Amino acid sequence: MENSLNYAAIAFDGVLALVLLVLAWQLLRSPNLFKAIVLFISFGLMLSLAWIRLKAIDIALAEAAIGAGLTGALFLTALDRLQRREENDREEQDARWKSQEKKPIITTEASDQGLAAMIRKNKNHFFSRPLQTIAAISVLALTCILGWTVWTLPPFSDQMSALVSSNMPISGVENPVTAVLLNFRGYDTLLEIGVLLLAAVGVISVAPSAVMRTGSSPSPILLLLIRLLLPFIILVSGYILWIGKYAPGGAFQAGAVLAAGGILLATAAVRFNLSASKAMPLATGIGLLIFLLVALATMIICGNYLQYPVALAGTLILVIEAAATLSIAAVLVRLFVGVKSDTDNPAPGEDSQTLIFEEENTIK
Amino acid sequence: MNIPLLYELVGVILLGMGLYSLVVYSHPVRKILALNVSGAGVFLFLVAAADRTSGPLPDPVPHAMVLTGIVVAVSATALALALACRIHQVSGTAPLTDNEPE
Repeated sequence: MENSLNYAAIAFDGVLALVLLVLAWQLLRSPNLFKAIVLFISFGLMLSLAWIRLKAIDIALAEAAIGAGLTGALFLTALDRLQRREENDREEQDARWKSQEKKPIITTEASDQGLAAMIRKNKNHFFSRPLQTIAAISVLALTCILGWTVWTLPPFSDQMSALVSSNMPISGVENPVTAVLLNFRGYDTLLEIGVLLLAAVGVISVAPSAVMRTGSSPSPILLLLIRLLLPFIILVSGYILWIGKYAPGGAFQAGAVLAAGGILLATAAVRFNLSASKAMPLATGIGLLIFLLVALATMIICGNYLQYPVALAGTLILVIEAAATLSIAAVLVRLFVGVKSDTDNPAPGEDSQTLIFEEENTIK
Repeated sequence: MNIPLLYELVGVILLGMGLYSLVVYSHPVRKILALNVSGAGVFLFLVAAADRTSGPLPDPVPHAMVLTGIVVAVSATALALALACRIHQVSGTAPLTDNEPE
């Protein structure tokens, strides 16, 4: 019985590995970018199955919410924006031709073909076949060297896990991944929250508008879905944050789930104004702020940066995680709106008729 | 062939595929996709290597690293996409007529 289960597991792993490789190949080679992105989302979902097979439930949770969900949404909105602008450009060009009352000599179809040929030629010029072959050979060589290294790795390595499990009693939490993230390697996580904030600042400076518009009014089904789902999203996010102390979960997964709620809200509004709420900048910065305050306080009291007093470790970790959850959610929503928002022509006088959701609602 | 080795090798192959596409294709969205695939390969390798323990539980340190990595990857992706949109808006030169892979 156990033997047959074992065979089933091996077969499952084999099929999953094959599916991952085929999906990646298809998404990288797909001529249609929309199809490539949809394949990327399914690749992310398959990857979260692989995380479960590798006993990494924490990562599976984060991957399903961030890797598959949020990254896919980001790609789709960016593609939509790029292609919509391209259509606008073409319309403008047509209008210009019409205003000059001079019909283009070549028909649209022919000009499209001409453009495609030009780009193909340009591409060949830019990256010729011999160069492609050189790239393929170097990457293949690198892959083979890495593969050989992996093949000759020692079968077991217990040093780090032994160190973690021997220090678990003083960590203040029971889930080893949370202990590593927020206690043993708290420094990494502090810097990571900083990186997130930096990415948000970068997106804000590239796409300063915090207002997102969708072309048409949202469908009533989407609105109903949000009414039903949003309370549960907030509840689940809180639960994941809390359970991180004992089991897989924690600030990243909770923040990602909360961000999903915010993004759902943003897509449902005709006009979504992120800066309508004063709580938003506060939520964006609070994670790093609280983390730094705790780090400084522990440095003054215990003598070392981020060395928690053993009795207080659990509480401090929960406080940091709660603040980090808000920040992660706020930053992720900001990143999404930054990629999505159109900075071109804000139409005046539109505000009175449009629907405004405040981000505040998701945070409360 | 044990399970960690299988997934480690898949991770290495994903890294190679992503790197090749990153170099060869010129469309920015395609490049960012390729970077994400190679990142997924690195994550897969790290997590699979974490399973090489003698006990039943995997090593939590690489897990924490990958969790951090996933969040950083999504923020880098968002920044890159915002930059790509901006470049196209300003210059209009991003090669957007697709059909690159033959």
